[in-house]
Amino acid sequence: MSTTTTSPPSARTGPPRRETAPPPARNGRRLRRLRALVGAAYAAPTAVMVALFFLVPLGLVVWMSFNRWPLLGKPSFNAPANYSGIAEDELLRSAAWFTVKYTVIITVLLFVVAFGLALLVQHRRPGVGFFRTAFFLPMAVGFASASLLFLGLLSDEIGPVTDLLAKIGLVDGYVSWTSGSPDSALASAVLLVLWRFAGFTMLILLTGLHAIPPDVYEAARVDGANRWQTFHRITLPLMRPTIALVLTLMTTGSLLAFDQFWILTRGGPDNSTTSLVMVIYREAFIRLDLGSAAGISVVLLAVLVVFNAIQFRVLRRRSS
Amino acid sequence: MKTRVVSALTAGVLVLATTACGDEGTQAADDGAVLTLWTRAATESVSKAYADAYNATHSNKVEVTAYPNEEYPAKLASAAGAKSLPDLFAADVVFAPQYASQGLWADVTDRLATLPVKDKVAPSHLKAGTWEDRNYALPHTIDLSVLLYNKDLYTKAGLDPEKPPSTLREFADHARKIDRLGGDVNGTYFGGNCGGCVEFTLWPSVWAADGDVIDADGEQAKVDSPEMADVFALYRALYEEGVAAPASKDEAGPTWLGALQSGNVGIAPAPSVWLDALEQKGLKLGVAPISGLTGGESTFVGGDALGIGATTEKTEQAWDFLAWTTSDEAQVEVVAKNKGVPTRTDLAANKYSSADPRTVLINGLVAKGRTPYARNFNVSFNDPQSPWLQTVRGALFGDAGKALADGNTAITKSLQQG
Repeated sequence: MSTTTTSPPSARTGPPRRETAPPPARNGRRLRRLRALVGAAYAAPTAVMVALFFLVPLGLVVWMSFNRWPLLGKPSFNAPANYSGIAEDELLRSAAWFTVKYTVIITVLLFVVAFGLALLVQHRRPGVGFFRTAFFLPMAVGFASASLLFLGLLSDEIGPVTDLLAKIGLVDGYVSWTSGSPDSALASAVLLVLWRFAGFTMLILLTGLHAIPPDVYEAARVDGANRWQTFHRITLPLMRPTIALVLTLMTTGSLLAFDQFWILTRGGPDNSTTSLVMVIYREAFIRLDLGSAAGISVVLLAVLVVFNAIQFRVLRRRSS
Repeated sequence: MKTRVVSALTAGVLVLATTACGDEGTQAADDGAVLTLWTRAATESVSKAYADAYNATHSNKVEVTAYPNEEYPAKLASAAGAKSLPDLFAADVVFAPQYASQGLWADVTDRLATLPVKDKVAPSHLKAGTWEDRNYALPHTIDLSVLLYNKDLYTKAGLDPEKPPSTLREFADHARKIDRLGGDVNGTYFGGNCGGCVEFTLWPSVWAADGDVIDADGEQAKVDSPEMADVFALYRALYEEGVAAPASKDEAGPTWLGALQSGNVGIAPAPSVWLDALEQKGLKLGVAPISGLTGGESTFVGGDALGIGATTEKTEQAWDFLAWTTSDEAQVEVVAKNKGVPTRTDLAANKYSSADPRTVLINGLVAKGRTPYARNFNVSFNDPQSPWLQTVRGALFGDAGKALADGNTAITKSLQQG
């Protein structure tokens, strides 16, 4: 059944064509050209949007990175100054290291938590809808609003978290979660991201889980596979495309982290939670050096492209 | 003879034409245009009060839009990049040299020269809005740093509420005595994780001791001076002794006012504009100038500067409003009446200020204070990722000597960055 629904249209329309008499070569060419034109017409709106809102700005950013680009007035070519400055920027180096560290932590934690939640609510049982909704609900809150919410909740001045923990006896006296120490600041941001994104990631993984045909599980059960074997030998391999998508989304999102640190920790304490995008923001909107900001953006983009290419290659090779 | 007649006629026509142009200019200045004015949230109430008073007596209409303080510089930069700056925009006065150097404000040098009160406008603000001897902005609001002290806590601690400290050492002693009251009461409070808060409240003590933090051109840092080190050492001791509230270490700005509003802080340097907000919470407050370690007094003349957006086509009308804000009418009936500090030094004593001796004291400090001038001020001092904030954190909570030495090099590098 699944083969018929996933077969490409050409395969389905193939046999009947072969049964009829072959049309003259000229007609065939015309038909092929017409099909190509129709295909191009279908793709055109998307192509225009991609060109207008991705390729043109991308080209502009690359061009900006080769120039000294004032807010007002004419830019002047200064390549490769915007790139050579990157190596000397100490803040950028520490931000790059922190961003990688954060990406690894959040990718692992978010994946484990989201997969756990997805497995918990995988089967239809009474009340499972409630839990699915509850896990997904934080996604309905804007990320900036969620960051502000956590800032308030974790604040020693106005938030209830410290008071509650003090009542249980876990903390004593004044505690600053978001800026007391580098570790607690990072932990606050990680907690926020887990709360906000675990449900969404769970949903993607859930669709992957539901796409696995039940007869495969039945066959495994008949063959006497236990739960771990079923998970390890069936669920995980068949989930690879979904896992690839989720990992790509998570690493890209984490390498581009901004809101949570901008609002929750302001990059502190002592620049310990300053992400790469915060440095780009600082270059563009505080130093008003758009050329330098563009330079860092291009390097970050190149890193992202390489990262995603490696990730896809590894996961594709494994699934094949 | 014929030539003379022609010359006379030509001259006459020219005079007429000039007069006509002049008339047209005056009319055009208040021709019912709608002017957009952007400001940051901290200045919104004053900007709106100016706009309301101006709108009531002019055909032009000024519409004020305020943005959150932290997001405001980015909003301005985006608007400038899109060549769509508002007709007028205010900015934190310490950022004014950067905006002036970037050409975000229109050059108003020639217009300012014709302003009758040009020599009476707060000089440190005027200097901040100057780049390469050209004027780009005028003072819009003035906010000074002063010592605010809780008179009730002074009485409870056995101190005379009418005798505030006259030296920084005395300030520390008073704070220690009040802190001994115990409970939720703390001697003092400061923003130890906020570059802007520390420069606003600690630099006056350095200036009062004849020290400096940056040079006049804003290119060389002097944070490793003995005067700066002394001030840091005093605040560090207050924190380590527990006299300063523990939250001082993490105070990044947003909860600063709230901490003082609790009524549990004895004495603290703070913005003068908070006096009203704090008294509305039922606190009885005294005001004193910020002093140096052994005496003297100074203040950080902060606030906002206002200029005409470089991309506007309504320069005449915008100048009409800008010039009006320096008038007696605006400064006395709008600013002084609302307990603000007039931007004109000759109006420090006015019919409203005389009602409260504290206002007279605050207004009088403008002449004694300073506004630091540097093109790269924001990136070097106010930004959360600035080298100054790292220096502050080290000087107050870490290795002070190393922080000040390393900080001086890093800040100088940042100030000189192109």
